[in-house]
Amino acid sequence: MSDKLFNLVTGDILEQDVELSLAELCQTVQLNAEQIIELVEHGILEPLGREPANWRFMGISVQRVRCARRLRRDLGVNMAGAALALDLLEELRLLRGQLTRVEQRSRDET
Amino acid sequence: MEEVGYNHTNRHFLTGLQSNYRGHMEYKDYYQIMGVERDASQDEIKRAYRKQARKYHPDVSKEADAEVRFKEVGEAYEVLKDPEKRAAYDQLGANWQDGQEFRAPPDWDQGFEFHGGGFTGTDAEQFSDFFENLFGGGGFQRQSGQAYAQQGDYHARGEDTHARVKIELEDSYRGANRSLSLKHTELGSDGRPEIKTRILNVRIPKGVYPGQHIRLAGQGSPGINRGGAGDLYLEVEFQEHPIYKVQGKDVYLTLPVAPWEAALGGSIKVPTPAGVVDLKIPPNASSGKKLRLKGRGIPAKQAGDFYVELDIALPKADSEKTRQAYAEFEKAFDFNPRDTWESKS
Repeated sequence: MSDKLFNLVTGDILEQDVELSLAELCQTVQLNAEQIIELVEHGILEPLGREPANWRFMGISVQRVRCARRLRRDLGVNMAGAALALDLLEELRLLRGQLTRVEQRSRDET
Repeated sequence: MEEVGYNHTNRHFLTGLQSNYRGHMEYKDYYQIMGVERDASQDEIKRAYRKQARKYHPDVSKEADAEVRFKEVGEAYEVLKDPEKRAAYDQLGANWQDGQEFRAPPDWDQGFEFHGGGFTGTDAEQFSDFFENLFGGGGFQRQSGQAYAQQGDYHARGEDTHARVKIELEDSYRGANRSLSLKHTELGSDGRPEIKTRILNVRIPKGVYPGQHIRLAGQGSPGINRGGAGDLYLEVEFQEHPIYKVQGKDVYLTLPVAPWEAALGGSIKVPTPAGVVDLKIPPNASSGKKLRLKGRGIPAKQAGDFYVELDIALPKADSEKTRQAYAEFEKAFDFNPRDTWESKS
């Protein structure tokens, strides 16, 4: 297909290629610095670096902020509850991955 | 061409399927959706809503139709929690079936006065035609970006949008181009939302693995006036592969081996997504033994590993010759696989 060439869009992998400063994260998720700092205080975000001025956020922070916001808006959980839910969801995701692999293997063997 | 799924964020831009968006309209049984009786108290409705919202929240639920259900429950709650709307809805009578073709009786809402307040406003655009038909007109319409846009001096960055993309494991090893068909709603010339489809040819970067997101800058919703466009995030999923299993950036293969291959060791040709490799099996390898090929998993920035798990396959004794071989086997070994039990008993 000839139109493939002229409008092929390339992107980067959020979890691997993207690192954000505090200001960049604020802009991306449309929150102010105080709100981001609150998320850091609750462990929802874990930036590298000691001071807010040189914090570096992993790209996945963007998804975590949004997920926390949806959980708070839709389910009425508070910040600590959202932090707990995010951690549990992450653990669930890993366990589901392992379970799928184990189930596929036992299906192969039968 | 690939149809992609939709994440529930920013619902008014990437919408899910709404086959009845225009055309005929179906009656919605809000009590049934909420799982309560028609005479449920407001407290019961609130409790039922909270329970359903937790169950079907798209960030939490793994049910395939979670997103649709979550929207339905939200819409049902919008009506049932508000005594005015609930009473008006009840006026329609209890004889309708969920999904039945619906036309509002003339003057059905006579004597009711709706107040715009109490409307949560979240994703109101996504309520069904049924809802809009009953409650849509008066004071409920949220001012949309397009409405602001006409004022001219308002600028805002477009919203980020989300979709999922399903790729093959091999795509991640080599990189690939994918054609995606993305649906979104736009206000048509008559002011009603219309579903538009747009084709996007996307470069799948090498080394991406399931659960990661590809960020396509500027491919989200258009900005308003001089505001830039938002970004499009593609959540990556893999098609199930017939022989490889993927976990994170590691790839697993179950390798069937003959008993003599496991016992004597040696070199076996093993397929990997990057090509065939010679794998050395150590002598006396047991079934389930895992061998790691470092860095041969998904070629992310820090590459994943490739694991080969041995699975010893026993040939059937189905001829005189093979039965003889097993008998010889027995003679040659002083082997009792259950001797650890017997020493304990």
